[in-house]
Amino acid sequence: MAAANATRASRGKRARAASPTPRAGAVLVTGVCGRLGKGLVRVLHRERRVVGVDRRAFADKPKDIEHAQVDLRRTKLKDVFRNNEIEAVVHLGVMHDPRASAADHHSWNVAGFSKLLEYVSQFHVPKLVVLSSANVYGPQPSNPQFLGEDAPLLGGQNFSDIRDLVEVDMLAQSFFWKLPETETVILRPVHILGRVHNAPSNFLRLNPILTVMGFDPMTQVVHQSDVVHAIDLALRPGIRGIFNLAGPEPVPLSTLIKILGRQRLSVPYSLARMALRRLWSLRLTTFPPPELDHIRFVCMVDDRRARQILGFTPGMSLEETVRSVDLGRW
Amino acid sequence: MVTASRALARIDSAARAAPGLLRRVFGVAEQTLDDLLDRLMGESFDERLQRVPMALGAAGVDPFGMDPQWAKYALTTIGLLHRRYFRTEVHGIENVPEGRILLVANHSGQVPIDGALIGASMFMDAEPPRIVRAMVEKWAVSLPFVSLLFARVGQVVGVQENAKRLLDQGEALLVFPEGAKGISKTFDKRYKLSEFGLGFMRLAIETGTPIVPVAVVGAEEQYVSIANVETLAKLLRMPAFPIIPQLLLPGGQLPLPTKYRIWFGEPMRFTGDPDDDDAVMDEKVWLVKQTIQSMLNRGLKERAHIFW
Repeated sequence: MAAANATRASRGKRARAASPTPRAGAVLVTGVCGRLGKGLVRVLHRERRVVGVDRRAFADKPKDIEHAQVDLRRTKLKDVFRNNEIEAVVHLGVMHDPRASAADHHSWNVAGFSKLLEYVSQFHVPKLVVLSSANVYGPQPSNPQFLGEDAPLLGGQNFSDIRDLVEVDMLAQSFFWKLPETETVILRPVHILGRVHNAPSNFLRLNPILTVMGFDPMTQVVHQSDVVHAIDLALRPGIRGIFNLAGPEPVPLSTLIKILGRQRLSVPYSLARMALRRLWSLRLTTFPPPELDHIRFVCMVDDRRARQILGFTPGMSLEETVRSVDLGRW
Repeated sequence: MVTASRALARIDSAARAAPGLLRRVFGVAEQTLDDLLDRLMGESFDERLQRVPMALGAAGVDPFGMDPQWAKYALTTIGLLHRRYFRTEVHGIENVPEGRILLVANHSGQVPIDGALIGASMFMDAEPPRIVRAMVEKWAVSLPFVSLLFARVGQVVGVQENAKRLLDQGEALLVFPEGAKGISKTFDKRYKLSEFGLGFMRLAIETGTPIVPVAVVGAEEQYVSIANVETLAKLLRMPAFPIIPQLLLPGGQLPLPTKYRIWFGEPMRFTGDPDDDDAVMDEKVWLVKQTIQSMLNRGLKERAHIFW
């Protein structure tokens, strides 16, 4: 833990050294009340003005952060753009809740994001950073071991519920040619671990951890603080394009479980799928059955572009990253 | 629900932590296997393994999921076939250069034992020893245990990105440009190369990788196929449906113990535009194909007998 703090402190210094002059404009962060959003604004607000947007309340927000409790789909969002000189938009406000209805998902993720894009172009915001996910590629048996940024987004092929995440990524991509004067950055991180409550972190918090018998795919994980660092790097002027993000070197899934010291329950695939379907329909699990593919097939990314162009290197070791799922849950 | 899964996990871990006696039996078996492998190679596996150029991560696996400790057991089995059953004679292995290479071989014998034996000779007979990587069909990756085993012993999914990455890593990559058509040849077409794919040549040119032609003599006679029923193969969604009479005889399910002879040729280097027309590629591929064919012809001429 002490080591983790030390790395975090040194990172803060590194980031500050990179941008000596604080700029006047503000960074607008959507989905700021999520655990990742909070982590991001804690890094950003030291050197730039930050405006947070979220329909949830920001309980323990630092004083110098402005928070607008607005739904992305409401026109009130426009006022936020009008009243602040927005210099960059970071879009984290993607709904991942697997229990929300498809209509909710679509209207929130796609309609809300298009509204945001509309204002970005209307107010000539020079920078847009979208946090997509490596899940848009989808785990498939035919995947190359390392997917490049130009690989097709097949995530929705067997898992229709994430089609709107693919659509968000595509909408952001269309901005490259629709609005070339805005520097658009799409980040596609692999499984984010940490205090966040996302599927991979929740999966590793299970005890025992479920695995599919006869499968032990190679996996990549990345610590939430490394994702925050990457977003910070993406905000630098001159950076544009799509970047896959990966943390420490890939390891088999069984190694992650070994690091956590958990028990492991391996179940044949057909049985696991049947049981998960039943549990899902009874609302006893938060894991949709198609997510089983993630523990069967590889969905790893080639992060060379992020390392070379973005200058990103993960600060957290594999052990720190994996163990972080058990650190103080708040 | 939670207690039930806990209980299940307990049973699972109890089964995993085998009782003392069982573990001792396993220990003895493991020791015997290790000794056997060392005897087959004439030196200790671990010493040999240390000389293999590999990119292993902290968890002891490479980025593609290969684990040398798993590869060890696969090599023991294949080593037995290599040294004792097929008594492979290896020629010209000193031709294989260091660094990345593309091993291009003829494919034959209904069952891909030829690939395994090329892998065995590269590990057991080459200096420094190399671990050969090969590409597998993607359906194999969706099968439980098979996918795990293939990944751990260094096989990767057959897509171009993987091939490029392996070559960038400096690995030795084995390809059979004849594909499934080559391995399911009937007996009357033995040692006549069928059509070569062009992909390997584009790959070699793009990555600047030398091609090492490899001729395998002896595999064609291990299973004698008299016909290939294509309609049945299509119906069963199999790449081929060979008719092999020996399978009906007792013990005929095993391949015939022919003597394998593997010839490694001089490395060939090609330059040009990897995206050239097929016609241009064809000429280059033809050179490789002719080289392998003449190596096969020479190997057949020098062979005194099929079985010894």
